[in-house]
Amino acid sequence: MTNRIRDIAFNTFRETVRDRVLYNLVFFALLLVATAPLLGQISVGVQRVLLVNLSLSAISIFGIVISIFVGISLVSKEIEKRTLYPVLSRPIGRGEFIVGKYFGLVGTLLVNTLAMSTGFYLELLLMARSTPRADANILFGIYFLFLQFMILISLSLLFSSFSSPLLSALFTLSMFVAGTLAGDLRSFASISSGPQKWLATATSYLIPNLSSLNVITRVAHDQLIPPALLGYNTLYALLYSAATVSGAVLIFSRRNLK
Amino acid sequence: MFPSTPMEDVLFISSPEFLRKASLGYSGLLADIYWMRVVQYFGRKHLRDSMQYRALAPLLDMTTTLDPNLVVAYEWGSTFLQQPPPSGAGDDDAAVALIRKGIRNNPDNWRLYFTLGFIQYLGQNDYLGAAKTFEEGSKVPNAHPWMKIMAAKMLTDAGNIDTARYMWQNIYNESTDKNLKQNAELHLASLVVDQEIPYLESLTSQFRARTGRTPTSWRDLIASGLLRSIPRDPTGASYVLRDDGHVVVSDWKKLPFIQKGKPE
Repeated sequence: MTNRIRDIAFNTFRETVRDRVLYNLVFFALLLVATAPLLGQISVGVQRVLLVNLSLSAISIFGIVISIFVGISLVSKEIEKRTLYPVLSRPIGRGEFIVGKYFGLVGTLLVNTLAMSTGFYLELLLMARSTPRADANILFGIYFLFLQFMILISLSLLFSSFSSPLLSALFTLSMFVAGTLAGDLRSFASISSGPQKWLATATSYLIPNLSSLNVITRVAHDQLIPPALLGYNTLYALLYSAATVSGAVLIFSRRNLK
Repeated sequence: MFPSTPMEDVLFISSPEFLRKASLGYSGLLADIYWMRVVQYFGRKHLRDSMQYRALAPLLDMTTTLDPNLVVAYEWGSTFLQQPPPSGAGDDDAAVALIRKGIRNNPDNWRLYFTLGFIQYLGQNDYLGAAKTFEEGSKVPNAHPWMKIMAAKMLTDAGNIDTARYMWQNIYNESTDKNLKQNAELHLASLVVDQEIPYLESLTSQFRARTGRTPTSWRDLIASGLLRSIPRDPTGASYVLRDDGHVVVSDWKKLPFIQKGKPE
């Protein structure tokens, strides 16, 4: 089973990493990173903060776009092009197919994130002419963004396992927006009462807590990320992604593909 | 918003909290963009010698709500707000409110206490308030030792020009930002002018008392032995002796912080 998942993952990775749109997005992200020092010239005292904010935001936005829009097409494209049927006619379970697709796209995002991060660190080195300890702290911020991508890919796979590409994109985007406001929803739940409280609490746990995975502003100001948060966020992202991919497997296994 | 309000003074989104929520986690980047807008807005108004900086305080509130840890916005923003028009908005209360917000969000930053004390001292002449602020700031870990000295000086020698010189000299020595150093240098130069102008006018009074007439040029004073050479301001330009015996600088725009010697 592991070999089959690995093969699908590798094929998915090969397909998606060759996508020209991806290269354009990564190029554009690197271009944004390169303009940060110029933007710093029309302001006062924020060159480094601006570089970190702009670069990590670019990595985040482009990573989210890739996670959602490539993620929703992973299954739908295969169905549309009818390449899914020869795959499933082999001894490959539908669950293995979904899990393989998931790991393939995660691998692609990993490569993209590394490429954009390398560009960012080169820019940082050029600006600072040294690598203080605070720069290593930024890696945790990038790592948390990658955990966000893992969650969003799992969500896009979940929605695309039963819905059209357009609706899947809308649902995943909505979950992203809701996820960034998860902290506020939990605060609202804590001050509510009765059925409102239970609904708000249940919703706040259903939607991904993406706000705790976005520490861009904190690392831009060289605020250290506590090791406990590192562990908690990693566990959270793994469990949430596993649960969502399991849901996608369950739905896709029962889907009528005719 | 009124039909006569220039576009640069219009804020299309007026609620900082709404914008923070709507930023979807990118509030830091938005704060940097708003900060760029603040600097460009202030710069344009400053170059035009504008007497009104309507949007400055709201823009700074927006910036610091989006990123409460953007210390440079509190430090520079309060300076932009505090300086009298046309150099700045001339709004001491807004400047103090901004810095207090900065201290609430960054209690471990002693420089914010310094900035608040500075505004209370130079802007509001609130020497007791300034002393209290410097004292509180001196307790912050890694605070500069001269915070304690400033606290003491506020209580004893606040009105003394040497206190102001001490403060500006320390700002000049401690700043790594070249704009701040330049600003401190201009203030130090202005203090020199504020001391020299009354001295030079006292010499013209002495000349009048001796000769019964107002000197027509510096040469009169040099010939009478009251001066050795034509007096020059810190920029190197010679002071201008007016017909009524008053002394002014030749280009006050190069010395924007002088209290005395501005040509009317």
